[in-house]
Amino acid sequence: MKRSYKKSIILALFPVVAAGMTGCSDSDHPRERTFEVTVTNLSANQPLSPVGVVYHADGFQAWSIGEEASNGLEVLAEGGDNTQFLSESASDSSNITTDGNNSPFGPGHSATISTTFESNSDIELTVATMLVNTNDAFTGLSGWSIGELEVGEELSRLSPIYDAGTEANTEAEGTIPGPADGGEGFNSEREENGVVTRHPGVVTAGVEGGFDENPLSTLDESHRFDAPIAKIVVRRVN
Amino acid sequence: MKTFSKIAKPLLLALPLMASQAPAAELDIEITNLTHGIFFTPLLVTAHDNSVDFFTTGSAASAELQAMAEGGNITPLVEANLEPNAIHSANPAGGLLAASASVNVNMNTGDLDYLSIVSMLLPTNDGFVGLDSWSIPEEAGTYTVYLNGYDAGTEVNNELVAEGTGAPGTLGIPANPGGNGGTNGTGVATTEANETVHVHRGNIGDIDSTGGASDLDSRIHRWLNPVAKVVITVSEEATETAQ
Repeated sequence: MKRSYKKSIILALFPVVAAGMTGCSDSDHPRERTFEVTVTNLSANQPLSPVGVVYHADGFQAWSIGEEASNGLEVLAEGGDNTQFLSESASDSSNITTDGNNSPFGPGHSATISTTFESNSDIELTVATMLVNTNDAFTGLSGWSIGELEVGEELSRLSPIYDAGTEANTEAEGTIPGPADGGEGFNSEREENGVVTRHPGVVTAGVEGGFDENPLSTLDESHRFDAPIAKIVVRRVN
Repeated sequence: MKTFSKIAKPLLLALPLMASQAPAAELDIEITNLTHGIFFTPLLVTAHDNSVDFFTTGSAASAELQAMAEGGNITPLVEANLEPNAIHSANPAGGLLAASASVNVNMNTGDLDYLSIVSMLLPTNDGFVGLDSWSIPEEAGTYTVYLNGYDAGTEVNNELVAEGTGAPGTLGIPANPGGNGGTNGTGVATTEANETVHVHRGNIGDIDSTGGASDLDSRIHRWLNPVAKVVITVSEEATETAQ
């Protein structure tokens, strides 16, 4: 911070010099770039759904705390299907390109998605995937600025868990699409307060004899989680 | 402020026409309730010097903090910390800050070096969201801080809602503003294991709306840390001084 602050003052003081230094920076030109996103599942027993990856310019926000989830995000968070989330994102004016994979991946496993596109350096990355043994929990990162990455460099971040706010967290039999239940995924009815928040965690039926748990839950103690739930690494390959 | 003057000095020499400046940070603070079903009671946002300390984890809560954590009453904290040691923005949201809602606070912190933020978490017995003596950066910029939920350690977490229990030392949760809990619980705890300020274990709750152990709903009133996101934009407010 210190250095950039100082630099900005100096540039402001010497506009002529600053203008002279504004050369043709290679990174600002459209060119072909390849990025590789790797999501590692850090949970105990929450498989993650096929990942949705969106490359976009500044200005696109796939979700925001306190805002209603889009239909595409609802489908992803309730049913683990990234198709509509990606087509919705692709139709935004800031979109560069979208990508994804087709398979869910379990705890301790990773998914890697490599994408090539032509762009200048105004690039942000949004990544989303569902915790499939939940009603409507998802994890990911939105609007992650990656345009400054040089070839061979990578950035790594840990992701929190969000609640899409589109389905009540009943954990009841028949309402959870993951292997813990095999129940319903997406349902267009919006049951909850309707806005994205951080997830409060799953209650689960817990251990038999425990008094504080949810006997109506189809989940067990292994499905509990805390943040962060995934490690997301983005590497510029070309 | 050492860093600033180091930079500022040569600038002033180079630009004699510029008025001399004393740094006074102008803060724009955006506080977002990240939880799924917990309200923040009236927030207290305070810029202060090192004589003020709202809370210290591992130490017993002050009576003023206890009043805030058990009943949402921030007046004692304000009255115990007056100018010039502290300046306050009390209740910037004009009441409760609901789950997922945000509030903005603008503050000229003058030469006060620290920022603290507290608010009770409802419904809890003595849970609060807190930022304790965050050093206000000398450099202009935008800073993001995530806050945890703390337990004041002054009241047993029985999780029973009873009107009029907001006074310090009166057992019970004073209100469940969402009206989405239960009644007639038997109580989830009878002792407070840690009587110092500590990280809140979270609400337990149950799914029995007419009995059970807790008057809270385990599917709605739990949380995972962090419970709040605070984005602080620091800008150097140029204060002209007499030449």
